[in-house]
Amino acid sequence: MLAWTIYLSFAGALVEALLPKGRAGLARGVALVVAAGGLVIAALGFAADAGHGRVTIVDVPWVPSMGIHYTLAADGISLVLVLLTGLAAVAGVLFSWNIELRVNEFFAFFLALIGGVYGVFLSFDVFLLFVFYEVAIVPKYFLIAIWGSTRREYAAMKLALYSFAGSAMVLIGLLAAYATAGSHSTGLVQLGHAGLPVHFQMWAFPLVFVGFAILAGMWPFHTWAPTGHVAAPTAASMLLAGVVMKLGAYGCLRVAMSLFPHGMDPWGFSFIGIGSWRDVFALLAVIGIVYGALVALVQSDFKFVIGYSSVSHMGFVLLGLMTLNQIGMTGAVLQMFSHGVLAGLLFAIVGRMVYDRTHTRQLAELESMHLSRRMPFIAGAFVVAGMASMGLPGFSGFVAELQVLAGAWKANPWWTGAAGVGIVVGVAYTWRALQKAFFSDVRPTAEDHPKTGWHDLGAITWPEMTGFALLTLASLWIGLYPRVLLDAIEPAVKTLFAGGGQ
Amino acid sequence: MNYADLFRVTLPETMLEIAALLVLVMDLAFLRKAGLRVRAAAAALVGVAGCGAAAWALSATGGGSLRAGDELLLAGGGSAAVAQYGILALTALTLLLLIDSVFTRHVGEFVAVVLMSATGGLLIAAAQDLLVIFIGLELLSLGLYILTAFAKQSGRSAEGAMKYYLFGGMSAAFLLFGFSYLYGLTGSTNLLPVMLRIHQATGPSADPLLLVSLVMIAAGLGFKVAAAPFHFWAPDAYEGAPAPGAAFIASVSKVASFALLISIGTAGAYASGTSNAPNEGFIGPWTLVVTVLSLASMLAGNLAALAQISVRRLLAYSAIAHAGYILLGLAFFSRSNASAAAILYYILTYGLTTIGAFGAVGVVERATGSDRMDAFLGLYKRNPLLAAVLLVLFLSLAGIPPLVGFWAKFNLFAAVLSVGAGPIAFSLVALAVALSAVSLYYYLQVLKRAFVMPVADPAGRVEKISVDPVTMIVLVAIAAAVVVMGCFPALLQGWIAGFYAAM
Repeated sequence: MLAWTIYLSFAGALVEALLPKGRAGLARGVALVVAAGGLVIAALGFAADAGHGRVTIVDVPWVPSMGIHYTLAADGISLVLVLLTGLAAVAGVLFSWNIELRVNEFFAFFLALIGGVYGVFLSFDVFLLFVFYEVAIVPKYFLIAIWGSTRREYAAMKLALYSFAGSAMVLIGLLAAYATAGSHSTGLVQLGHAGLPVHFQMWAFPLVFVGFAILAGMWPFHTWAPTGHVAAPTAASMLLAGVVMKLGAYGCLRVAMSLFPHGMDPWGFSFIGIGSWRDVFALLAVIGIVYGALVALVQSDFKFVIGYSSVSHMGFVLLGLMTLNQIGMTGAVLQMFSHGVLAGLLFAIVGRMVYDRTHTRQLAELESMHLSRRMPFIAGAFVVAGMASMGLPGFSGFVAELQVLAGAWKANPWWTGAAGVGIVVGVAYTWRALQKAFFSDVRPTAEDHPKTGWHDLGAITWPEMTGFALLTLASLWIGLYPRVLLDAIEPAVKTLFAGGGQ
Repeated sequence: MNYADLFRVTLPETMLEIAALLVLVMDLAFLRKAGLRVRAAAAALVGVAGCGAAAWALSATGGGSLRAGDELLLAGGGSAAVAQYGILALTALTLLLLIDSVFTRHVGEFVAVVLMSATGGLLIAAAQDLLVIFIGLELLSLGLYILTAFAKQSGRSAEGAMKYYLFGGMSAAFLLFGFSYLYGLTGSTNLLPVMLRIHQATGPSADPLLLVSLVMIAAGLGFKVAAAPFHFWAPDAYEGAPAPGAAFIASVSKVASFALLISIGTAGAYASGTSNAPNEGFIGPWTLVVTVLSLASMLAGNLAALAQISVRRLLAYSAIAHAGYILLGLAFFSRSNASAAAILYYILTYGLTTIGAFGAVGVVERATGSDRMDAFLGLYKRNPLLAAVLLVLFLSLAGIPPLVGFWAKFNLFAAVLSVGAGPIAFSLVALAVALSAVSLYYYLQVLKRAFVMPVADPAGRVEKISVDPVTMIVLVAIAAAVVVMGCFPALLQGWIAGFYAAM
């Protein structure tokens, strides 16, 4: 049944492309129906399959001569991320309700992207996964280049080239693994059991891991992320930060780590405390956490603050993966979900609620607008989202980051210490943005006046309310009752350990 | 060999020639008073019918081979048959795109020349003898020179044709020179005996004369497939030739030339498999020469394409890059059919895609009078369907799944890695994959103008581009085929594999 999330999204994209032009309402309606349908299927699938181990949905030969199968399956990790994709898709449609330019095409690209993302999360054949992974690249380019804002063509091209360079690395590694294994199956499980030589895994692992981690925003390959997020239209930023970065992290976990588990073995020597690829990537993840937070602290553009915070939060995911223990990796998957929801929420507030009304994202200009008094709903929404993002107990971020830190402590206490600094700085940049954007008392100067304008900001519309409620409730629900997801994630992570030869 | 055999085996070629003559007679004798469009349509239809008849003849003769004594002159079945069907199909598509072209009043002659060139293509796809190869190549090439020059009002057409002709003449001389050395070394003009004797005769290190001869042959054939550093004619010819002519050069002539290279590779691999001598014979030096060509083409093609502003020149450089990838498959050539099948898959799908690309570029060119990238500005508004076709074709050229271009690259690189598992083969494949990531940049440059950037017109007026229905149907069919074959890659693979199974 879950496979219909993919087909429904692609069919929706096709329908959007063929709809008559100039019927914006119709296009929005179709997109909302398709996205909501995807969410319903994802939720039903989650309810039906969670806790049942890996459930194979489809398995038919696709390219028989090379042993490639069209294998769709779902385990606990996939289910959680499919659910996240459904949420992000519905919220994305709701927050792009006010798009007026080329509406049909916008939703066509949007749904094509969603379809590709569902496909990645459900594929259990490495090359099928790779195909869906690449399918998601092209719509991103057009979404940003056509409907974006600040330096959109530059940002879109940068994002497309970074993604494509990453996927080229992945393809090289996978081709080499296919040739080395000499097996006639490319299923994730079968290839994982092919017994690839350790020396091969030693160089294939970093290649494929970095290839995927580029999309997960790993420092120092993160630079596409802030520019891409800022330039993208709201819905695309929400998807980029919400699910596309998860594609990268998911690929690291599902492909790189489960196919080449021995790639993380110690090298046999150590250099300034780094003795394996695992240490290298954990270090990069920690640097990403702290660096992203520090850079977010000094941004003058509101959206860049959120963009860099994504880099920081995705660092927790990568750190959790590199702990290689049950609690850390469970936390990493939970953090994927949590960040997916919260980043979507933050980008929706900044991009849709604030920017589309004030037409500026400069904190210095927002300071003089007194948004907390004029738009109390937005201010309140950002308070909630900001608190959730900085890891307030009761929201999903707290549970997830706590688990990652606990896992990291087991693996290497220094990582936890450094990541803790990132959390503190996280509080600081969120507080700073909150204060400057909403609660400042600066009086507008005369020259500010005509530009920033005290024009009518427009009331909050129902799609915004609904989207906000959807994402906030999701975060609260997981924060208060994380067992729902943990019961699905934990067995899947356990199986991954058992099958991955750890 | 007797004449009955000759007639039977060359029936497809004969059909094409008959069609060519019919087109001429019909156009010159019966349709002199008719309008250009009617004449173009009639000529193209007769041409397509000729291709169909040739394909029928090909299947009816069952892919027979032609021998003179013990020596195989024309191979039947297997790679040769796949390439021949491909040549016929691509020729027919090129002719269909001709219908709304207006570059010449001599449509009958154009179609006749296309068909005669295709005959040359059919010949070299099957040829197993150096002399037949040479004659087939000349038959193909002479037609291509004429096609390039066909837009007589255009100076660029004449310039491109002149460059193409001079380069072609010189490379033919090189090729013949290399062949004469091979004959001198082995005393035979037939591919398989030549290869076998090289293996028996040469010592552990390659004979310098053999190297000289192989370099000469590589220069001659490298010119045909537009491999760097013998590619200088390609951008000018692609830019100057009328759109259907350019499409024909970029697709059919490529298919035929690569089929020839496959014959050479197959014979070499077969010979190295049968001889017990522990030397590399033909394979070692040939691999070296072809690898160098491949590396140069991948780099030169992809890097030069980055700087182009003319879409046709961009396609020319991208063709050089694609030739580089294919040559990689030829350098690491397997004794089984895996490499041959992967290369044929690549070149057939590339030919199909590139015909569509030239068709689309031709439409835009007729509407705007230019093939500059800026001519594509706002295409999504001026003709959404055409823009969608362009999107599919260019992304397929860039190798984005689930389009067929991805599977072509994927098959080819997997075949290379299954033959040469060493670090050299691996780094070459890594380079090829990395460069196809680079290629996405220049394909996106065109798509960016078509979809993202607004029309340059200051008044904001949008002129629709109207497309002839036949052309549009052909283009949409090509794009649909690219998508369908990309989603079901086993279709074409199975079809190709069927020919090898039948042997």
